[in-house]
This record gives sequence, C-alpha cells and structure tokens, in this order.
Amino acid sequence: MSKLQSALVRGSETARKNRAAHLEAIDIVRQAAEHAAFGGGKKPRARHLSRGKMLPRDRVANLLDPGSPFLEIGATAAHDMYEGAAPGAGLIAGVGQVHGQDVMVVCNDATVKGGTYYPMTVKKHLRAQEIAEECRLPCVYLVDSGGANLPNQDEVFPDREHFGRIFYNQARMSARGIAQISVVMGSCTAGGAYVPAMSDVSIIVQEQGTIFLAGPPLVKAATGEIVSAEELGGGDVHTRLSGVADYLAQDDAHALALARQSIAGLNRARPQTVQWQTPELPAHDPEELLDIVPADLRTPYDIREVIARIVDGSRFDEFKARFGETLVTGFAHIDGCPVGIVANNGVLFSQSAQKGAHFIELCSQRRIPLVFLQNITGFMVGRKYENEGIARHGAKMVTAVATTSVPKITMIVGGSFGAGNYGMAGRAYQPRFLWTWPNSRISVMGGEQAAGVLATVRRDAIERAGGTWSDADEQQFKRPTIEMFEQQSHPLYASARLWDDGVIDPRKSRAVLALSLRAALNAPIAETRFGVFRM
Amino acid sequence: MFDKILVANRGEIACRIIQTAHRLGVTCTAVYSDADANARHVALADQALHIGGAAPADSYLRSDAIIAAALESGAQAIHPGYGFLSENPEFVDAVEKAGLIFIGPSAEAIRAMGLKDAAKRLMEQAGVPVVPGFHGDDQDAEHLARAAEEIGYPVLIKAVAGGGGKGMRLVDRAQDFASHLASARAEAATAFGNDAVLVEKYVAKPRHIEMQIFGDGARAVHLFERDCSLQRRHQKVIEEAPAPGMTADMRMAMGAAAVRAAEAIGYSGAGTVEFIVDASKGLHPDRFWFMEMNTRLQVEHPVTEAVTGIDLVEWQLRVAAGETLPVVQEDISLKGHAFEARLYAEDVPSGFLPATGRLAHLRFPQGVRVDTGVREGDEISAWYDPMIAKITSHGPTRDIALLQLRAALAATEVAGTVTNLTFLGKLAAHPGFAAGDVDTGLIGRNLDALAASDIPGDAVRAQAALAAAGLDRAPSAFQGFSLWAPLEQDMRLCQNGEEFEARISTVDAATIRVRIDGRDIDFRRSSDRWVGPDGAPVTARRFGDHVAVFAGAAFEFQVVDPLLVADALAHDPGVIEAPMPGLVKAVLVRDGDSVSAGDKLAVMEAMKMEHTLTAGRDGTVSEVLVAAGDQLEAGAALIRLEEVVE
Repeated sequence: MSKLQSALVRGSETARKNRAAHLEAIDIVRQAAEHAAFGGGKKPRARHLSRGKMLPRDRVANLLDPGSPFLEIGATAAHDMYEGAAPGAGLIAGVGQVHGQDVMVVCNDATVKGGTYYPMTVKKHLRAQEIAEECRLPCVYLVDSGGANLPNQDEVFPDREHFGRIFYNQARMSARGIAQISVVMGSCTAGGAYVPAMSDVSIIVQEQGTIFLAGPPLVKAATGEIVSAEELGGGDVHTRLSGVADYLAQDDAHALALARQSIAGLNRARPQTVQWQTPELPAHDPEELLDIVPADLRTPYDIREVIARIVDGSRFDEFKARFGETLVTGFAHIDGCPVGIVANNGVLFSQSAQKGAHFIELCSQRRIPLVFLQNITGFMVGRKYENEGIARHGAKMVTAVATTSVPKITMIVGGSFGAGNYGMAGRAYQPRFLWTWPNSRISVMGGEQAAGVLATVRRDAIERAGGTWSDADEQQFKRPTIEMFEQQSHPLYASARLWDDGVIDPRKSRAVLALSLRAALNAPIAETRFGVFRM
Repeated sequence: MFDKILVANRGEIACRIIQTAHRLGVTCTAVYSDADANARHVALADQALHIGGAAPADSYLRSDAIIAAALESGAQAIHPGYGFLSENPEFVDAVEKAGLIFIGPSAEAIRAMGLKDAAKRLMEQAGVPVVPGFHGDDQDAEHLARAAEEIGYPVLIKAVAGGGGKGMRLVDRAQDFASHLASARAEAATAFGNDAVLVEKYVAKPRHIEMQIFGDGARAVHLFERDCSLQRRHQKVIEEAPAPGMTADMRMAMGAAAVRAAEAIGYSGAGTVEFIVDASKGLHPDRFWFMEMNTRLQVEHPVTEAVTGIDLVEWQLRVAAGETLPVVQEDISLKGHAFEARLYAEDVPSGFLPATGRLAHLRFPQGVRVDTGVREGDEISAWYDPMIAKITSHGPTRDIALLQLRAALAATEVAGTVTNLTFLGKLAAHPGFAAGDVDTGLIGRNLDALAASDIPGDAVRAQAALAAAGLDRAPSAFQGFSLWAPLEQDMRLCQNGEEFEARISTVDAATIRVRIDGRDIDFRRSSDRWVGPDGAPVTARRFGDHVAVFAGAAFEFQVVDPLLVADALAHDPGVIEAPMPGLVKAVLVRDGDSVSAGDKLAVMEAMKMEHTLTAGRDGTVSEVLVAAGDQLEAGAALIRLEEVVE
C-alpha cells in the first residue's frame, strides 16, 4: 500500500495563520464544552455533594474502567438554548468501557434543573439509545431526574420522538438482547419511574434513590395521603416490598460497583466482523492538521493531507485515483480496523458520484466499514451537468449511502452544503456516528448563495414592477440572510440541536474515528441489499 | 564419598544442602509432607518421597518414615539440616541401626550437649569457662531460690531441656523468683515435656558470640566467631562475622575454648559453641562464658562460609563419609566481613505475629547470597517456620558489608504476605548497630522505633493508587481519552487501617495525574515505565486486592472494594475470629455461657506461640464453631455471641 506524501511547508506563514485560526475555533468549542461539563454551576453542585451524592461526571467516571476512553456524545447539546438554562441538556451520554466491554452510559445531571428533561434532553437521550441499539451496546442509565420539564411539556411529552420513546426503546432493545441496566441515584419520578421499571436489572441507592409515579405532593393532592418519599418509593421499599428494584446499594460508589458487576456477568462476546491488523500510528503527525487545513473554507486543499494524518502508517490504497478526481476513495486502516474512505476533494461531478457509488458497493460487498470525510459545497450545477444527468448519478451515490449495511462514520471537516451532505452520509443517512470540526459549516447552501438567490428573486420582482434597486439596497437586503446563515451554520449551533454527535478537536480525529468504529463493531455487519440504482 | 543422600528437612536448608551435594556430584532424595508436595526443595532434589501429613509430628519429625524413605531410595546417609530431628540422639541411633550414616555428630555427643546443666559440668571439667550458676538436680523451689541468692540477682531461670527462649525467665528481685519459676516450669513442661530448670547469673550488657567449630571425631578446628547479639526474645535477627570489636587474643581464647569443648566430647561434624560475653567494658578474654553447644549446622552458617570461603555442608559430607578434617587451624583465614538477615513472613507492628500467605511476588537482589526455600507463587503456611529467606552480604570491611546488606534489603521485593523487611531495613540502618555497639538488648530497647510501620508519603500512596487502577502498565491506545472534559476516577485504598482516596485523571497520553488530599502527583511515561515526580520509577504492583509498593520500605495497601465494604457492614460484630492462621489449643466456653468483655474464650497456637482470644463485649455464647485441635485460617469464626438486644 502506498504511503501518502504531504505538501506541508512547516513554519510557513500560511501554516501559522491556519493554526492560529483553528486554535481560535477550537477554543470557542472548548469553552462551551467545559461550561456544559460544569453542569448547573457552583451552587447546585455544592448542594448535590452535600447530600452525599457523587457529581454526575464522577458517576460516569467511576462506572467505567480506570483509564477507559469516553466517547462522549452531545457534549455541547442545548448550548445557548433555553437561555442557557440547560448546559449539556442536563444529561451526560457516551460510550465507555466496563470490564473491557463497550457500554452506552446515560447519566442525568441533577445539578441542571433537577435533571428534568428539556426537549434537547429527550433528543440526546434518544440519540444515545439509537447509537446503543445500532451498535448493540448495553445501556446503563444513571438516573437522577425529576422527569419532564413542565414548562416545556408540549415539546417533550406527546410526539413520536418524545419522552415515551425512551421506554419504547428500552423494551425494544431488551427484546433484542441489549442489556438495560438502571442505577437509581436520586429522583425517578412520574414517567421517569419507568426507566428502572423497564430495565432488565435495576439498582437503587438507599435513602437517596426514589421511584414513584407520583411524588408525595401529588399523592397528597390526589388522595390526601401523607407519606414520605422514602416510604413511598425508597430503596428499602423497592427492593423489599415492591420488587421495582433488584439491588439495594449503600451509596453511589456501591451502586456503581453493583452495576459493574452486573455488566461483568452479561456473558457477551464481540461478533466476528472485520480482520483487525496491528495498529500503527500515522506517519504524519496529526498535530499538523491545524497547519495544513486552510482556515478559510473556500480555499481548496488536498483531502489526502487529512487522510495521511488519520490512517495507520499514513498508508492508503487509493481506488480509481484517475477517475472522478473530486471524490477520493480508497482503503486504509484506522487503529487496526480496515475502512473504506470516501472524501471530498472539490465539487461533486457525475463521474465522482458514480465512483462513490461503485466504491460503496465494493465496501458493502466486503463488509468494510465506511468513513466519510465531508468537505462539500454540493453537486456541480449548470446546463451541461443537468443535461448529462448529474441528478441521476448523484441519486446512485445517495442510494448506495442510504442502503448499505456497513457501519458508516461521518466526519465533517469543512463545508457541508446541499445535496452533497446527502451523498456524503449526512445526519439523515444515519451514520453510526457523525462528528464535526470547529471550522466546519453546515447549511442547505452557503449564506452568500442563499442571500444571492433571495436578492435575485427580489430584484426581478422590483424590476418587473418598473422599479430600480441600488447595489447598496441589495447589500442591505442580503445582510440579515448572510448573518442568519453564518450563525446557524456554526458547528456549535448544529451540535446544540444534535444535528451531529459532537464537535471535536481535529487532532483527535483518529481517536474519535477509532473509538466510533470499535463501538460500531459491537454489532455484526449485515448483508447489504441496495435499492434500485438509476442507471 | 556417598553417591546418594537423603535430606531429612525442608525449606531453605534442604535446598542449600542439595545445592552443595549436587556440586559434589551427590544425588539427593528429598522428603516432603502433604503441605510441601510442590515445595522448592522437592523440585531441586533428584527424587522426592512423601513421608506424611503437614504437621511436623506427622512427617519431618517421624524418624521411622524418614529412615524408611532413605532405605527405599538407596541413600547411604541422611542429612538432618537444622531443627526437626537434627539434635535427636534417638534418631541418630535409629539411623545407624538401619545401616545408614547420620551426617552429624554421634548420638553420645548430642546427648552430652543436650542437657544444659550436664553440658556445663562437662565444660567446666574441660576447662571451658561457664557462667556462674546452679545446674543441679535438686529442683526444689526453696533450694533454687537459695542458689539464686548465692549467684546474686539479676538471675536467669532457664529450662534444662530448653532452647529458643522457651522456659526462660529473667528475675530481677528475690520476691519475684517463685512466680517466675512457676511460669518457666509450666512453659518448659509444655514445650519440652521436662520442667527441670537451671539458674544462672544474668549478664548486664551481654553479647551473644558463638564459635563455629568443626570436628572429625579426633581433632577439631574453629572457623572464627559469629556475633548474634541482634536478637528479639532470643530469636536471632541479624548475625555477622567477625564480631565487632573482636581482638586477636579474645578470639584466640574463645577459639581455643571452643575447640577444647568439641574435642572433650570427640565431636564430629559442624557445631557451634555459644558464649555469653559481658561487653560492659569492651571485649576481654576473661569475660566470656560457655552457654551451650549446638550440635548441628546453624541457621546463620552462611556468614562463616562467606568470611572463610569454606563450604560447611561440603565438609559435613566429607567428614561423615570418613575423611579427616581437610585443613589445620592455621589454614583457615578470615576474609572481609559478612552479615546475614533473616527475612520472615511476620507482622512486626502487631507484635511479630507469624504470617502466612501466597508469595504473589518475590524478587531478590543480585550481588548477595540468598538462601531460600520458596519461589514466587509458593505458600507460606502456618505449619512451619515462616522464614522466606536469609540474605547474606559479604564485603571487604564491616562498613561496606553493612551498606551492601542495606541495599540488598531495600531491593528485596515480597508481596502476598507481610514481612519483617522494613524492620530489618531499620535495624540495618540503626546508628548503634552501624557503630558496632551491639548487645542482646539493642532490639528490645529500640523496639518501638524499629517495629513502627513507616507512614507512606503522598508519592508512595499515589503510585499505589496508580497500580490499584491498573494504570501502572503501558497505556492502552486512547487510554483516558475524552473529547473535551476529562473524567476523573476515584480509587479508595487502605494502608495500616487508614483509608484514603486518590483521584486519577489522564492529562495526556504520557501523563497521569493522581490527586491525594488536594495535592497533585504527576506520573510521566518515560522509556517503557512510569516515573514519579521524584524521578524514580513506579515500583507498585497490584496482586488481587492488594498493592505493594517497594520504595525502600515495603508498603502494603488494600484496595477498597465497595462490594466488600457493603458486605462487611452487614457483618456481625459478635463473632470471634482467628486473628491469624493456627491451631485451636482450647475452647474455654460452651454454648449458653455468659461472658463479659475481656473474658478468655479460646486459645490458639500459631508458630509455637499461644494467643488468647477474648470477648470484645458482654454477651452470651450462642455457638461454638470449632473444637480443640482444629486448624484454622486467619479470619475463621470460632465463637458467636448472641445478638445484643437493646
């Protein structure tokens, strides 16, 4: 396999500028992530600790094996939403290891509005479950939540992808043999009571965890009965009388040890999927990604520079290198796992799309996981291309992406605009994981283009009515659109809404892809049956 | 020379004998008990025969089984090692009756030295100085008390058949004599089946200096002295040769006396003449007295071998095979200085209680002699002496040999059982000892400091946490990975009954941070190992639920498992448990007895020491779970008290 070469000129002015811009973008995301990780802030954290509880991130940490990697999802969910009331959407979720096995951990952050579910909390919880179901990861729910956030009840309760779906997923996953384990470490009220109840195994912390459909105030209002929370649904009641919980823990540490013990006993083995190789670091330092990738999305660069800093030994078996050159396809290994890489190197032409469909078919046949590196402004436009049927060729690639059964991991390393997003396994195409870089942008089209389209329509209308429109007026007209697109296409805006699984530091791309692949390969790779290709 | 011998012993001495025999081309048959089927001495021997149960009385003390094994194996001679049957004249007779050769002195010589008072009379006759004392047959208490008055207080009461400090009492005042006499007799009766005692002058600043002798039945030589003054309750801890402060004329006088003693009884083989020396005014040729003669190879013989270059086991085999002494006195010279430290599995801070356990980890340093009967993975059982090894250093001067000993002790790594390693290390570093100012009271006077357990510093505790978390190895790919905010994990450990928490986080691929009591200790990965803030590599290792850190002293930590803590909280405090593995000697209560806190409930015996178990609270005995004669593991329940109804 040939080794990729790099055109990086170390220490050049361009490299320095690129790095500075990337570091600035990374820092913005870091601050957002750190803010989210701090949960509800100083006071609620102190109150939480004073009750003898572990902080939520410590609960996650102590559930996992020492030194376990933690592939967190939605770390900046709900960022700048709800007037900043729900850092991290009040929920921590991610893939970590317990007794060497990958598990999905979902942990309420009770320091954020008592762990109540905002719409984004629900979405994040469901996304974690979706990953767990697709990757066949046992789920551990560390429950400490007051249930639905009442002021937002219309957006969390009734719909298909709302609160009820959590329990539906639990039942469906349990039916598929994906273990569901709950640790009740605080409140677990109303609908939330079904999290432990719907679990295969549930653990409750004595004199701390409570499970009930209605809390003492609601009981009093409904029936006049006066009862304490502990008598109504404490650990003793549920492990001795009701049978809603199975193990009584003395404290958080004990509860987490019991959960670990439960996972140790799952009797679960990784399926045979791919031929792993001995991992090897890339020959080119991933740190250099910040030097080589242009700060400005409009500056073209060779995507192989990125590939060279992600794959084992920087070795890449490029497929169809001389055909449809704006799409780079080829085979490589990431941390020992064989992958097929599909990466943009310019706008998509008919040939590029055909090549993409061909390559995806090849990987599907061989059951090789796919990695999409997205930096796409879209498919080529214009009469020549429409007439030669670029939509038909694009559809072939979209069909292949949509129907392949091999795990897909998508990383947006630049722009993600228009139908290019579809062909390159955007969110709608259900990649197992979707990650973005801080310099990336995502929208239906570029802000300039969108404003241009709207301005053209406007100018036509004005001129049809015999009026005139000055350039200054046009600029004035375009600015809000450009600004709106600028704001909405920012990766933090996207990630806040869970259009992706998280914004990552580009230098961690290899680790993120490797851990995503490891998680995904907990599920067997099914045989692919493609849809009808429009030939 | 014999072409095959049987080694009637176990442990390090059996291994040591086999090594010399093999060097001489002699084939060895080992014997073993049930407990020793996989022991090191069995592995080293050319042949091994099973001789009975784990208890010494069922195996290593069974002369019939050992002689039968020797006959079966075709061995021509039996080497008894030390302890067990090595000084039993009936065994010697039986060996000879079976047509075999006993590698050691004659039965007569053993008998002559076996009874202390008779031995002293014999020595007096041979012109060997003896300690003023009464060694008579009249065992009447009044008579003994009068004898004590004549000798002058303080006096020492000693069991006639004794050894190893059993049945021995120091009496400072006449009014205490009667009670001490009674207790010495009781102990002697239990230990030796003979309650006769002798009374001796007690020497104020006594040193224990012994002469190694070797005879061929006609002639004897001495191989200089060993100083064994570092003793704890008459158990030797560190021995050395030559004795500090020894003068040429003193050595000549002692050597001559020792040779006289040996020749007086026609001694054949290796023996040791023990003297008590009054060091209150330095060493003087007129201030040493015969104490006893050990008619066997001594535990501490390696120091003599080191300074003389002579293999005593080789001589034993050659003389037993009929050769005369290979050298004359003038041929034997003293070269350099040697120390031997005895490494034991014992719990020093809790009173040197013998300990047991599987040696999860065992590393000895290079450059010193190590005599051991165990390997990593072997068990130190409650059945036998809990010795792990003897570590012998040999250098050109006393200073250098002592430095070598200290370095060797610091580099010795044992995990899986508590040991006296820290104690030995402190003793080897004691300024008085370093100055050669030794006497048999040195350890006793400094016991609190020497036996105190070191308190590990944060860096030691941090590396224990690192190992407890399993992060002391090469980091796995993406170890501790996080997207943005790292996770911090808590490890709870317990050291010497004190719990602490360490918070571990991954700073980067090559840095792990451990936070203890608000202080950060960073470990960096440097050429295949983790290095602490002081630049020293991490030596901590986890074995099951324990972590051992070898940082000068050995520190043992327990990893606190929340699951076990929860179990323990549910544990009934009214259960009396065995504090160490051992034999139930007596159960003193029955079901239904009411007891008060402090009442004696049962007696256990471990390593020849008796331990009385008492009630921790008032209550009624609800259940007796064991009977006298039961062998128990540490932690086994003996007696249950009824629940207290409040």
